[in-house]
Amino acid sequence: MKRQELIVSALDHGTVIDHIPCDRLFEVINLLHLDQMTSKVTIGFNLKSSKMGTKSIIKIADRFFTDEELNQLSVVAPNVTLVIIRDYEVVEKRPVSLPDELHGIVHCDNPKCITNNEPMQTFFHVTDKQHGVIRCHYCNHEQDIRKVKLV
Amino acid sequence: MPLRGKDSELWHIFAQGLADNATLYHRQTTFEMNRSLVTIADHSREKIEYLIRMAQEFERRPNRLILQGRIVATLFFEPSTRTRLSFETAANRLGARVIGFADPKVTSGTKGETLKDTIMMVSNYADVIVMRHYLEGAARYASEIAPVPIINAGDGANQHPSQTMLDLYTIYQTQGTLDNLNIYMVGDLKYGRTVHSLLMAMRHFNPTFHFIAPDELAMPTLYKDYCRQWGIKYVEHKDFDADVIAGADILYMTRVQRERFTDLMEYERVKDRYLLKLDMLSKARDNMRILHPLPRVNEIEYSIDDDPHAYYFQQARNGLYARQAIICDALGISLEDIQNDPTIIK
Ligand SMILES: [Zn+2]
Repeated sequence: MKRQELIVSALDHGTVIDHIPCDRLFEVINLLHLDQMTSKVTIGFNLKSSKMGTKSIIKIADRFFTDEELNQLSVVAPNVTLVIIRDYEVVEKRPVSLPDELHGIVHCDNPKCITNNEPMQTFFHVTDKQHGVIRCHYCNHEQDIRKVKLV
Repeated sequence: MPLRGKDSELWHIFAQGLADNATLYHRQTTFEMNRSLVTIADHSREKIEYLIRMAQEFERRPNRLILQGRIVATLFFEPSTRTRLSFETAANRLGARVIGFADPKVTSGTKGETLKDTIMMVSNYADVIVMRHYLEGAARYASEIAPVPIINAGDGANQHPSQTMLDLYTIYQTQGTLDNLNIYMVGDLKYGRTVHSLLMAMRHFNPTFHFIAPDELAMPTLYKDYCRQWGIKYVEHKDFDADVIAGADILYMTRVQRERFTDLMEYERVKDRYLLKLDMLSKARDNMRILHPLPRVNEIEYSIDDDPHAYYFQQARNGLYARQAIICDALGISLEDIQNDPTIIK
């Protein structure tokens, strides 16, 4: 635990994403396009966690995301914790929540859907947040958010 | 609860109820700015009644030049001769010119091209695009990118709003109202896109539905849930006979197709049980009318064609008036314009 605290506190200005399940780490990296980022990114993988056994953590210096960007994370990792740090101070610490809409993240499981046959962004409405039901804006097919494939 | 495409239009309405920003934005883009018709589920009671009044005007005077100088494109990415002829006749009888294709296989213009490119290209030429596509959601997508209105003439198993509009018009025409009717649906209620759309569109009019279908093709639970949610009364019947039919205002027949059955023994057992025979009309109400989206195979005995309750051929003709109304509405032509139309051909 000491080690992780060190990683978090070492960030003086930026965003920390904590409690990422290890098997979802790379999806989170892709979702936030961290590979294209110019600022300093620190990734902790297979860290010990009293809550989760092992976890991953990502620390992004000098970068703040919109709520929409961050809430997209809930699709791949619903239990992550966000920590926003400005000038050495933790100004916000909160869980992510499922947004009302998902743009360009989730793949539609209907092979006859236009989004699978045309170069275009997918678009889902979250119709039931409690049960994690999403509906394709185009073909109207519903999916369970725990079973989705990412784009 | 995974949904099939046919069931899914339901959720469109659920979502509409939520009136989230996206839906509001979307309705604005499709029905005010852009005037496209993607699904009947977007229409209010008032809008349905408005289109019915428009169709009535066209039934009285179908030949006009109100669309003279306009170009209607009919893009059939999947062939459907019936629907295409109906739309093209509607446009031609109002003086429009029609361009398009009936089958993309014979049109080199669309080979390997994205839907977007085809739509953008045709938007340069036409004032409105009628499109049928084998992919679900194609019309919704086209309506979001096209600078001209899109009329959905069927997108896979998803939506076919002009069929629903002509069904509503026919019910109104035969009953003088859409309110408080007993609507009996017979045959394939599981895969029948038309019965699902009609059921949802009727939610504004306090109907009582009666579902008559073999177990394998019964009305899906989802639509029964939908009925409960909207306070729509429904009754399920096992028998299909004169006593059951006696309570009907509308008898909506559909085709029971062999290929819908997983159990062919079951098909053999039930295939004749949902055929309508002349003697089954002995107790029918005078106002009762038999509808069918056509084509039929054998589910309505041919001797019924001359019975006063038969109405399916008139129903098909109403497709013309309903589509004239849909095209004009998409082009921003109002009921008032149509009522005061100086271009009527006597
Ligand atoms: Zn889809």
